[in-house]
Amino acid sequence: MDGPQSVRPVGPVVIDIENITKDYVMGEETVHALRAVTLQIRRNEYLAVMGPSGSGKSTLMNMLGCLDTPSSGRYEFNGRNVKEMDDDELAAIRNREIGFVFQTFNLLPRANALRNVELPLIYAGMDPESRKERAAQALNDVGLGDRIHHKPNELSGGQRQRVAIARALVNNPSIILADEPTGNLDSKTGEEIMALLEDLYLRGNTIILVTHERDIAAHARRTIHLRDGLIEMDHMGFIPELDAAIAAT
Amino acid sequence: MKRFLYELEESWKIAAAQMRSNMTRSTLTALGVIIGIVAVTLMGTAISGISIGFDNSMSVLGDDVLYVTQWPWKPVDDWWNYRDRKKIETDYADKINRIIAATSNSNLIVAVPTSSLMRSVKYGSNEVDGVFTLGTTSDFTLTSTIDCKEGRFFNEIESREGAQVVVVGYDVADALFPSESPIDRTVLINGQNFKVIGVNARQGTFLGLFSWDSMVAIPLTAFNKYFSSKSASDVRPGGASTESDVRVKVKDKKKLTEAKDELTGIMRRVRGLSPEKREDFSINEQQAFKSTLDPVKNTIAIAGLFITGLSLFVGAIGIMNITFVSVKERTKEIGTRKALGARRRTILLQFLIESTALCLLGGFIGLAVAYFLCFGIGKAFPSFPIQFSLGLVVTSMVVSVLTGLISGFAPAWTASRLDPVTALRYE
Repeated sequence: MDGPQSVRPVGPVVIDIENITKDYVMGEETVHALRAVTLQIRRNEYLAVMGPSGSGKSTLMNMLGCLDTPSSGRYEFNGRNVKEMDDDELAAIRNREIGFVFQTFNLLPRANALRNVELPLIYAGMDPESRKERAAQALNDVGLGDRIHHKPNELSGGQRQRVAIARALVNNPSIILADEPTGNLDSKTGEEIMALLEDLYLRGNTIILVTHERDIAAHARRTIHLRDGLIEMDHMGFIPELDAAIAAT
Repeated sequence: MKRFLYELEESWKIAAAQMRSNMTRSTLTALGVIIGIVAVTLMGTAISGISIGFDNSMSVLGDDVLYVTQWPWKPVDDWWNYRDRKKIETDYADKINRIIAATSNSNLIVAVPTSSLMRSVKYGSNEVDGVFTLGTTSDFTLTSTIDCKEGRFFNEIESREGAQVVVVGYDVADALFPSESPIDRTVLINGQNFKVIGVNARQGTFLGLFSWDSMVAIPLTAFNKYFSSKSASDVRPGGASTESDVRVKVKDKKKLTEAKDELTGIMRRVRGLSPEKREDFSINEQQAFKSTLDPVKNTIAIAGLFITGLSLFVGAIGIMNITFVSVKERTKEIGTRKALGARRRTILLQFLIESTALCLLGGFIGLAVAYFLCFGIGKAFPSFPIQFSLGLVVTSMVVSVLTGLISGFAPAWTASRLDPVTALRYE
């Protein structure tokens, strides 16, 4: 990425993780997907999580997204203890605090853009009128104001990801968790999506980007590298030389 | 609560979209439920039809009439104790009536004698064999609900004088007089001329139970004169012999037990039984007959519903299967929904509604099919008492919903318990 990036002042701590581990039992073997990860993420950060496959990247993302709970350690989300939450409380956190953007978009194929974006609001119990208004606004914000009645198969890949981003934004979450958001897009469309995320960041959103592509990670203001379930490096900005050095080891 | 309603609405929309986009699959699955509902509904109409048929036949007996007979109206193990009883004579009726008249505050109103035989009835070249020929008095109309479609029942004078007049049942009239009115025509019963003075309204027959439709009634005096079973021709083995009984109308059907006791006393006097002797006659009422028939009726109902219920069960398995397939196919969607904040309850509800919607659809179609079938059967076999009621509509809708809920529960539960991480990763 060329040119200087503007860095916004960060706010209070949203995610506070201390020494979390995650073990999976595979047959007779126990896999330590995460071993003692400690991490703090503040409001209005733009963080990239990098690492080769098997590094624990996905596991960490599932933890951050409250899709899964750690085996041990402490995890507080906005001061609330996630480790002790049951399924429904986790669902509520995901609904209100986390906006997911997936590599495969994960839109409902038979619902139009508006209904897709409405979904988190339905789960939040919002009345139909405000819901439609909010969803249309979110679609407008990602530049799809004229496509709200299109179904996913009537939209291009980039437009689908924009719908997904609108859906992630619609409930004003504390963090947007984007997992390889450009993985299924060509590089030009990918850049457009990254520009949209940049725009969202500048408008005050907190973004966590999970990727293995250096070009994509370069958009973030802070990068952490995972290897074998541990944070190997956590630094501000994106330092190409450093990253290359890490990649070489 | 509001949130629940929104989720409900959303689930219905998804269910509808799901059915539309999987048209063939949904139709085939619903077909199982359709067949099940048609079978159960038709069985339901048949059962209520049977019930009505029974009740119709029962009403012939009248619920405020006691029957004095040689044999009791219930199965007996010691038949030999009954076989040698004296026959009931028609002239008991007069004796009973005299006693009733002499008793103040009697619970009984009137005793009516009847005798019956199977006879052939002939008009011109038309002949009906084995017609239930009843000899009785004009008081018969007091003990039995008998409607005349045309003409009238014989009166007291005709009854006493043994006039050669006859009241014919609907089917008999129909067979003998296909194209003309039977009134004032003369028919031959066992070679004797009888003038038709009345035709009974159609009553309907069912399961061969007794019905007015296939009988004729003549004055008892005439009956005794011409068809006395004492003539040698009627004693041939296997041949029908005259069956006589006396029916007694009760004043208040709530006091049936007292009336029965009173009649027993009267009959003992008539028969001249000393106090230590056991009764050599039986007194029956409709209820006794009913209580022997009811178990039969209930067995038919239970067996019928069980067998047709099996077809609905097969339909339910189809629904369960398709819902499992649907859950499997949409695992990733379930994962996405969970990531967006759907709770377990939300997912459970969604799949329950999908299976229920499918069952309801099947139920509606099944009901419509059953309705037309009932209509067709009613047209083709007017004598079969088939009943299509609102209760049936409500019941089958409830059954459809329950089928949907029960068959959808296991897959919906599986879906709701899916781990979001695994579900999201599912391809």
